Amino acid sequence: MNYRMLRIAVWAVIAALTLFLVFTYANTRFGDKAGAVQLGAPFTLQDQDGAPITEAAFNGHPTVLFFGFTHCPEVCPTTLFEMAGWLKDLGDEGKDLRVFFISVDPERDTPEVMKGYTAAFTDRITGITGKPEEMEKLLKSWKIYAKKVPTENGDYTMDHTASVMLLDRNARLKSTIDYKESPDVALKKLRLLIAG
Amino acid sequence: MRFNIPIVALVLLATSVSFSAHAHDHSKMSKGNAGAMSDDTMQPVKEGELVLSGAFTRATLPGAKVGGGYLSISNPSKEDDRLLGGSSPAAARVEVHEMKMDGNVMQMRQLKDGLKIPAGGTAELAPGGAHLMLMDITKPLKQGDMVPVTLEFAKAGKVDVQFMVGPANATSMEHH
Repeated sequence: MNYRMLRIAVWAVIAALTLFLVFTYANTRFGDKAGAVQLGAPFTLQDQDGAPITEAAFNGHPTVLFFGFTHCPEVCPTTLFEMAGWLKDLGDEGKDLRVFFISVDPERDTPEVMKGYTAAFTDRITGITGKPEEMEKLLKSWKIYAKKVPTENGDYTMDHTASVMLLDRNARLKSTIDYKESPDVALKKLRLLIAG
Repeated sequence: MRFNIPIVALVLLATSVSFSAHAHDHSKMSKGNAGAMSDDTMQPVKEGELVLSGAFTRATLPGAKVGGGYLSISNPSKEDDRLLGGSSPAAARVEVHEMKMDGNVMQMRQLKDGLKIPAGGTAELAPGGAHLMLMDITKPLKQGDMVPVTLEFAKAGKVDVQFMVGPANATSMEHH
């Protein structure tokens, strides 16, 4: 009898452990659906006015991050135009949102360059750039892929993650908006973010 | 939407022009009769057997050093051709590039062997796919301006095209 009880107890523990592991895995892997995911790491960089900016800027407000570069011929301007459109559509509803355009090419994207660039889309987007090593820390902590690809004449372009990241008020990743996602879906996700 | 109607009109015009050229002058499709309307920038430019239409670029954003070039190139002949690149007084170099999405990662590559213009088909150089890149532009591209580009093809040789500068977020007709 004791042996049988022990066996049941062991199986119960195994079942509980399995459930726990599955839940933990699902939570990190499918954070979109199961809840928000904690990413990011401390950093000290510069905003487009040259003022210091840290990870604290992503706290306390629903936050939108987009990673790109000003020499980007297609995906960055397209996405930034779309972001400006979302902000316009949201109007007052979106006034609590903080929106950042983070450079994957800090060598060329100085604060001045970033400022002139973001201003072409809307005054609601703030550029972030800084020392390449410090930028890399930020990109890595948000699992952003960025790679320099040489072109002719010593020039280069960047391959990079093109998703827009939506962070809740506690700077946890809540969901993403993919490149070419429909405006309706994008607005729905943003409204959920603001409400959450 | 802005480009939609002109492009459709140009394609129709291009088709009818090449059709009437065939009808009126069956034997002679040489380069000699090609440049007739080259000074009217919104007309299709014809060279050899290729029909180029709807060439546009976008107003550049502050600080931007590159601009994309977009157009349709039809090849009614029986032989494939290749767009190798080009040159322009407005840019240091003109290259053929292709943008691709690999999952969520945007990749941009130069097509060093050029872009195939299939026999009996049309190559669309459009935002989000294969396109021309004006590298190191000499000055910002302004909406309403025209950018002259000499394209270079493996078979058709050099062809002059005027690219109309549209708004900074101009898209091709596919996206509407």
